[in-house]
Amino acid sequence: MPLKRVVITGRGAVSPFGLGVQPLLEGIWAGRSAIRAMPEWARIDGLKSLLAAPVPDFADKELLPRSLRRTMGPMAKYATLAALEAVKDAGIDQSLLATGTIGVAVGSTTGSPSAYEDFYRTFLPAETIGGIRSGEFFKIMGHSCAANICLALGIHGEQWSPVSACASSSQAIGLGYLLIQAGRQRAMLCGGADEVHHSVTGVFDVVRAASLQNDNPAATPRPFDAERDGVVCGGGGGIILLESYESARERGARIYGEIIGFGNVNDSEHIANPHEGSMARAMLNAMDESKISPAEVDYVNAHATATLLGDPAEAAAIAKVVGASVPTSSFKGHIGHTLGAAAALETIVLLEMLQRQEIIPTLNLANPDPECAVANLVRKIEKRALTTVLKNNFALGGVNAALVLRRLTP
Amino acid sequence: MMSNDELRRRVVATLAEELELDPEALTPEATLYDDLGLDSLDAVDMVVALEKSFGMKFNDEESLKAVRTVNDLFELLIKLKESQTADEA
Repeated sequence: MPLKRVVITGRGAVSPFGLGVQPLLEGIWAGRSAIRAMPEWARIDGLKSLLAAPVPDFADKELLPRSLRRTMGPMAKYATLAALEAVKDAGIDQSLLATGTIGVAVGSTTGSPSAYEDFYRTFLPAETIGGIRSGEFFKIMGHSCAANICLALGIHGEQWSPVSACASSSQAIGLGYLLIQAGRQRAMLCGGADEVHHSVTGVFDVVRAASLQNDNPAATPRPFDAERDGVVCGGGGGIILLESYESARERGARIYGEIIGFGNVNDSEHIANPHEGSMARAMLNAMDESKISPAEVDYVNAHATATLLGDPAEAAAIAKVVGASVPTSSFKGHIGHTLGAAAALETIVLLEMLQRQEIIPTLNLANPDPECAVANLVRKIEKRALTTVLKNNFALGGVNAALVLRRLTP
Repeated sequence: MMSNDELRRRVVATLAEELELDPEALTPEATLYDDLGLDSLDAVDMVVALEKSFGMKFNDEESLKAVRTVNDLFELLIKLKESQTADEA
């Protein structure tokens, strides 16, 4: 049986720019930074990076009933609200969600770190579980986002939670693509979520990979820039609805783009360090599957988080795979590194780029590092014919993932 | 010592806040599961919230399991208050 074509028909976002896809796109197109100082973290001994791109506060009680909210940490709320938006955007109704033909693949780095904190704050001092509320485990478990989405939306299909830190939502999208290709599901809600927490920024700080430019939040992170000094963590949830092409046509749905390839490899070299050859291999695998040549790649959306080692390795891998002239940029300067949400939120922006035929440049890229300038680093919004694009996401643990997306020409 | 009326008022206020219920719905005859729509997880949180609010421990699982209505809860707490006060005395 031939594999089914997989298209994207819905988008939903909760981002450092607020609730909804619209604020995300507006913030990005306006070239704004969502990074802010986190002076309240100064109390954490040893934490030097006091920067983040948190989701602005919102009235969760008005948006989600207590019966759902009681088992949700912030990340599951983001994921659920984004899923609701994606489903609405795609025009999928409740009866279709309940058929079992639609599934969910949504990951996050861990369960909710703020829920972990609450739990251990009670548990550790006296080693007691007295006073622990019933919802805590459901906020902490690794599949918290996916399980809460299924419950909130009445989804009865396959439920998956790819968990691989910063590449979680790339793998979730890749998994959804494989399941629809194989005919196991008609549609899949795919993406990821994560939340800003000092312990998460602390992980990057411990390995000396967090930005320390506390006095100038809007000027960091600086992907590909000579002055880059590390990651700024963000929060959010990004969900896209993947659907078989025939299902989308049958419903008369708007199609944002098609997924035509997915590469996903481990470098098995080092638990933390980037590996140029494996980044290239992920891209090449995705391109092989897409049956496209390097000359057909119109743009590369880089993972580039502004770490000292990661950015030049990725730039070199991109130049090797598609050549030095293909426009390349990263969105981390705008919204920071939203970890498990990154690939999905960035894909939403990428789909908009395909619609508008415009390339978003890397924010804060003032003085490209010569080691990064081996790729064609975009510095301002460019009008460009965009049909086929590559989307990279990598993660600690040796994970290298790449997607190929294509605009459907009418 | 807290009067029984005060205790009832505090039970209603605690449950209304913890479970985000309308205090008006928390009538003595309202059943926790059918009328108020609570489930097993809510029951756990209800006990946690009441224990915090009253500074008492529900150490008798059997009588807790027998609670059906808001009034059963009032009665249980009144008994608990009296026995724990007696212990202290």
